[in-house]
Parts: sequence; structure tokens; C-alpha cells
Amino acid sequence: MTLPKPPKGNRAKTIITILVVLAIFVWAFAGISFNGIKATAWQTVQSIVEGFTHPDWGYVWTGEGEDLISLLVETLAIAILGTIMSSLLSIPFGFWAARSRGQKKIVSSSGKFVSSAIRTFPDIILALMFIKMVGPGSFAGILALGVGAIGMLAKFYSESIEAMDHGPTESVVAAGGNKANVLFFATLPQLVPEFLSYTLYRFEIAVRYATILGLVGAGGIGTPLIFALNARAWDRVGIILLGIIVMVTVIDIISGKLRQRLV
Amino acid sequence: MIPNQTTLPKKTGKVKFFTTLAMLLIIIITSAVITDVDFWQLFMNVGQAGYILDQMSRPDWSYVSIVLGPLVETIRMAILGTAFGALLAFPFSLYVARNMESNKAISSVLRFLMNIIRTIPELLLAAVFVAVFGIGPFAGIIALAIFSFGMVSKLFFESIETIDEGPIEALKSSGANRLEIMRYGVIPQVISYYWNYVLFAFEINIRASAVLGYIGAGGIGIFLQRALSQVRYDRVAVIILIIFVVVLAIDYVSNKVREKLL
Repeated sequence: MTLPKPPKGNRAKTIITILVVLAIFVWAFAGISFNGIKATAWQTVQSIVEGFTHPDWGYVWTGEGEDLISLLVETLAIAILGTIMSSLLSIPFGFWAARSRGQKKIVSSSGKFVSSAIRTFPDIILALMFIKMVGPGSFAGILALGVGAIGMLAKFYSESIEAMDHGPTESVVAAGGNKANVLFFATLPQLVPEFLSYTLYRFEIAVRYATILGLVGAGGIGTPLIFALNARAWDRVGIILLGIIVMVTVIDIISGKLRQRLV
Repeated sequence: MIPNQTTLPKKTGKVKFFTTLAMLLIIIITSAVITDVDFWQLFMNVGQAGYILDQMSRPDWSYVSIVLGPLVETIRMAILGTAFGALLAFPFSLYVARNMESNKAISSVLRFLMNIIRTIPELLLAAVFVAVFGIGPFAGIIALAIFSFGMVSKLFFESIETIDEGPIEALKSSGANRLEIMRYGVIPQVISYYWNYVLFAFEINIRASAVLGYIGAGGIGIFLQRALSQVRYDRVAVIILIIFVVVLAIDYVSNKVREKLL
């Protein structure tokens, strides 16, 4: 006994799709030059394995402020301040991009365009520009995260504003509430938990971003990482990556728990 | 029924609210001290921002022809990175999903490894691979592939875990082996999710590959780094505009494909 054959109707379509995907693939492959690969790659891999299995434990805590824990704390601080800044900045953008009754469509679509333009702007470029303004260091990283996250948070905020239930607003108005009552008893109780939940989600991403800001000199753990990479100090690289992994995992767990309690 | 009330209901949990607020304030202030926040400096240097924006508002259009080649390389890198990562993610997710009757111990170890991979940002991966393979697009492709693998497999195995078990039981009772169950019972239910996640990863990779070159992993980012170090913001503006156009175009195309799929 055999299983029934799949329906034949879409054969031609499937074959065409496969051919198109293959053509794209071949086109992509043909254009990449692979001659840049170092002949020493294998030795490098061996020394990486050697370094990663014997991380530089002495770097974890030296008490001078230039060790792993101090820099991870600094990275976390950058992420916290950047996220708080962007969540405040995103509120007006969110209301701008949200479609609401009795408003011209051009308003909300212009807001949506602006927030998607900000989303495209790579965070690293923002960091480099803020470095030009305030000098290298953590503050430039905070500003980059604060501005860069507007694109994503404003999108989320505007979506939850659009999805807001108008029932409570009408009830408050029907019971004789004024505008302030509407804000405090209908709008905020609905929006605050959602906004907080999105902000926490963005915070998880910001922690990851904050670890790479140092690659361009905007503070945090990325700076010693790029030095260790350039010096091929794989034991140092190993301990830094380990630190990042642990920090990101712990933050994800805490923030996930908090978000569960919010929603 | 609620009895007649003349006042609005009292809000509860004031103490909790204020302790949370106080904790938040302490965290903010500590963070600000650690990171040397200095808004005064920001306002002092607003002129610098004005200069940068002024330069950027006059893009150097002649630069477009120079960066088109690297732009195409960026798109190629994103395609290859996404494809390799997604290809690996497909069997991986089918194996690690909790309802797939694989070896429990092996699949939880694999899931743990996947979660570790997912914590490392792409740019860090790229920085490591540039050190291993040398400067060039290959390091970038590997970094993108690993990132896409982590992302697609996480999303995909979670959707596999939510499938309807009915078809699987039907196949089992008619004597199908594991491969046949996969082919006729599982994959038809989840394949459209898979393509959706692959497109999603591709969109993210296009954005990410634009900056990979900054640390030497190929693509348009190399020119971005060059323009920035030469303080040519008119050229930076051209590159950012081009990336913006490509991202919008890719998002549009992938939304169209997505509508077709779902």
C-alpha cells in the first residue's frame, strides 16, 4: 500500500518557483569573490578553540574599573538609559503615526514614513555621528540607542494606539468625565502596560546593540573586545563573549518574566 | 451588580507604584553616573550636528555610480547568508521541536546551543569571523548565516510545536514511517510559516549587511567607513539614501511574496 500522490495542479508553478530561486542563488554566488580567505584560517580556528576553552578568568574582576564586570555594567547602563530616552521620545512619534478618527490620512502616513526612515538608519552610523558631537564614550552610545530605537518603538506604540478599545473612553465621557478623566481612566490604563511591554522588548534588543557600540568607540564592552580581536588574544575574546552571553541571557529571562506579569 | 457609586473607584497599589518609581529613579541615576551623561556637552555641540546635517542635505550624487557595485555585493551577501542559515534551520527545527519525538536529551542540548547563538549580535559575529577568515564578504556571509539560522530556527520550531496533531496520528495509524509523517503530516502545515520567517530574516539581513562592511566584512559598509573617516557627510548621505531605497524595495517585494504565500 502506498500513500496517495500529492495533487498535480501546481507542478509547473512549483518548478518555475524553484528555477527562479536557483537563478537568484547562482547570481548571488557568482558575484562573491572567495579569494580573500586567509590560508591560515585553519590555524586560527585551532587557536580560537584553544583560547575559548581556556578563557582569561583573570579579566573578570581586577578592581580597576577596566575589567569584564565593570564594562558589562557600563554596557547595561547604556542600554537602560538609551531605552528610557527612546521610550520618552517615541510617545509623540507614536501618536503622530497612529491613525485616528477624524484626522487626515496624510498625518499618520507621514508619521509612519518618518519612523520607518529612522528604522533604516543603522545604529552604528548614529553612534559615529554622536561621537563627532559629544566625543567617544558611553554618552554617544546612549544617544545613538535613544534616537535609533524611535523607529521601532514608534511603530509598536502607534499600533497599540490604533488597536485601543474605544469603549472605556465612551463610558468615561458618558459618565460625565472631562478630558483629563478620559486620559487617566480610559487611555493610560490601556496603553501603559502595552507600552511598557514593548519598551522591555526593545530593552532586550538594546542590550545586544550596546555590546557592539564599543566596536566604533561608543562605550561599553565592545571596545575591549575589538582590541582583543585585533591582538588575536583569543582567551580574552572568549571570556568577553562568555560574559556577553551570560548577561544577555539573564536580561532576557528577567525581562520576559516582567513582560508576562504586565500582559 | 455594583451598588450605586457616587465616586470613581479608588486606584489600588500606591505603595507598590511609588517603590517601583523610586527603584527606577535609582537605576537611572546610577546608570547616568556610570556612563558620564553630560547633556550640557550635547547642547554645546549642537553646532556640530547642524554642520553634519547641512553637509548631508547636499548629497554628492556622483558617488552613486561608485557605490552601486558594493551595493550589489551587499544584496548578494544577504541572499547567501539568509539562504545558508535558513537551509540549516529547516531540518534543525524539525528535530528540536518538542512534539517531534526526537531524542529528548539531544534536542534540549541543541536548543540550548541555539539560544546561545541567538544572544550574540551579528556585528560581533562578523568581527570574530573577520579575524578568522580575513577581510572580505566571506566573513560577512558566515556571520549572516549564523544569525539567520538562530532566528529562523527559533521562530520555526515554535510554530512546529503549535501544529495540529490530527494528521500525524492519522498517518501513524496507517503505518507511515517518520520521514513520511514529516513529509505529509508536518511540513504541509508549517511550510508557509517557514517562508515567512525566511523573508523576515532576509529583510533584517539586508539592513545588517549594510553596516557589516564597516568592520571589514564586505559590502557597501566599507565605503560608508571610508566616507565617514574622510568626513564626507555628503557621501554618507548618498550611501544611507541608497540603503533606505533598497530596504524599502526589498520590504515591498517580500510583502508581495508573503501575500502570495499566505
